Formats: sequence, structure tokens, C-alpha cells
Amino acid sequence: MGTDREGAVKVERAFDSTLESVDEAEALILDAAEKAGFDEDEQHHISMAARECLVNAVVHGNRYNLKKKVHVTVETSSDTVKVTIADEGEGFDLSDLPDPLAEENILRHSGRGIFLIRAFMDDFTMRKIKPHGTEVTLIKQRGRNEDNER
Amino acid sequence: MSVKITNRQVGDVTVIDVSGRITLGEGSSALRDALRDIVAKGHKKILLNLGDVSYIDSSGIGELVAGFTSVSNQGGQLKLLGLTKRVKDLLQITKLYTVFEVHDDEAGAIRSFS
Repeated sequence: MGTDREGAVKVERAFDSTLESVDEAEALILDAAEKAGFDEDEQHHISMAARECLVNAVVHGNRYNLKKKVHVTVETSSDTVKVTIADEGEGFDLSDLPDPLAEENILRHSGRGIFLIRAFMDDFTMRKIKPHGTEVTLIKQRGRNEDNER
Repeated sequence: MSVKITNRQVGDVTVIDVSGRITLGEGSSALRDALRDIVAKGHKKILLNLGDVSYIDSSGIGELVAGFTSVSNQGGQLKLLGLTKRVKDLLQITKLYTVFEVHDDEAGAIRSFS
């Protein structure tokens, strides 16, 4: 853990590709958001979005391969949390994902993860990394929920 | 604790009380198994009490939808009871709130099956 500037904290860890690691990484991110002063609803949204990304990294990215790691970086400041999650898998194309709100997809059993991440975070980006892997970045700013509800 | 699931019978309605987290892995598997078991036994009036569910992820939502579809395909009804604000919000943003029949009080929910 390091402090880069006043109030800014950065934590980096690598996790095994297991569902237990998803719980551990989610707890790490939640703890960072709480310490940064995000309210309970914001913490819940951050942890849900992070969990969806972590599950994608373990299940779809690394495919539970214990030789591959999930790399998590959490950077917090007084008003922002930035979470970066990278796997070592083959990657996937977001354009392949069907719209979960389309009438024909409403009763699908899967395919809502990315939609929820976008709903809960202020910014979500995904990029392929070399030699293998996908890196997602999630950003949430404090107090934006209230702004959106006005 | 990940999730705890218990069943009880109220007249001809099977009430499934769920507490904890319904997430990929133990939580979603337990819910899937519980619903499959009840459907396999021929129960057609099922009330899923989510009042003590603190957290559902997209996998958990998928299990709710799968359960709803499975029960409906068997000619039964699956209704939801006691959603927390967070679960309600989740169903609203995924447009599933209009798919499920949702009740706030158990007695009213039980009566709605008759």
C-alpha cells in the first residue's frame, strides 16, 4: 500500500483464479472505498461492480487456471475510487454481448454483469493487454449518486 | 455465511426463506438446488422470501430468472416476498421487477395464490 499524494492511497495485489479470491478481492476494494469515505450505497455499487469484473476475470478470463493470476489495483482519493482488474486470459469482445434489457433477452439466465457494472460506476473501460489478458478499469466519484437522483 | 435456505409449508404454498448472499458459487448453487428440489416434488405455488438477502450478483439474478422460468414451465407460480431496497433496485434496473410478482407482506402474498 502506498500514499502518492495527500489523501491518495494505492493498493496492488495479485489473486489466485478462484471464487474464494473473488471474495477476498471484493473485501479489499470495499475496505478501500469505505476508508475513502464513500457512503454505504456507493460502497455497495463499487463492490458489486468490482465483483462482476472479478468473476469475469476468474471464470471467463483465466478460466479458473491456477497458473494465472488476477491483478487488482485500487486507488482512492478523497472523492474518487479507481479499480483496475487484469486477467491473463484470451479476452473477449464486448460487442458480442446481447442487450439484457431487450424484450427477447429479459428472461435470459446470464449476460447482465457488464450492464450492472455500467449502471453502478461512473466510468468503465476495457482493453486487451499484451501478451495475454484483459484489463478493466472502474471509476466512481463520491456524491455522484445524489447528483443523478436530483 | 454465504447463504441459508429453509422451506416451510403455509397451506398449499411453499415458502422458501433465503438469507445471506446469493452470489456465484455456493449461494447461487444452493438456490438452484432448492428450487429444483421443490419443483421436482411437484410444488406449484412457491413464495421466495428474500427479506434477509443482503446481496445478489448477476449470477443470483440469473438463478431467480431460471427458477421463475422453470416453475412457470411446470404450470406453477413463483412470487417474491420482502425485497430489500437494494434487491428491488437491482430488479428495477434490469427490468425484472415487472416480470416477477412482488409482495411486501407474507399474508397478502399467500392469499394471492388462491
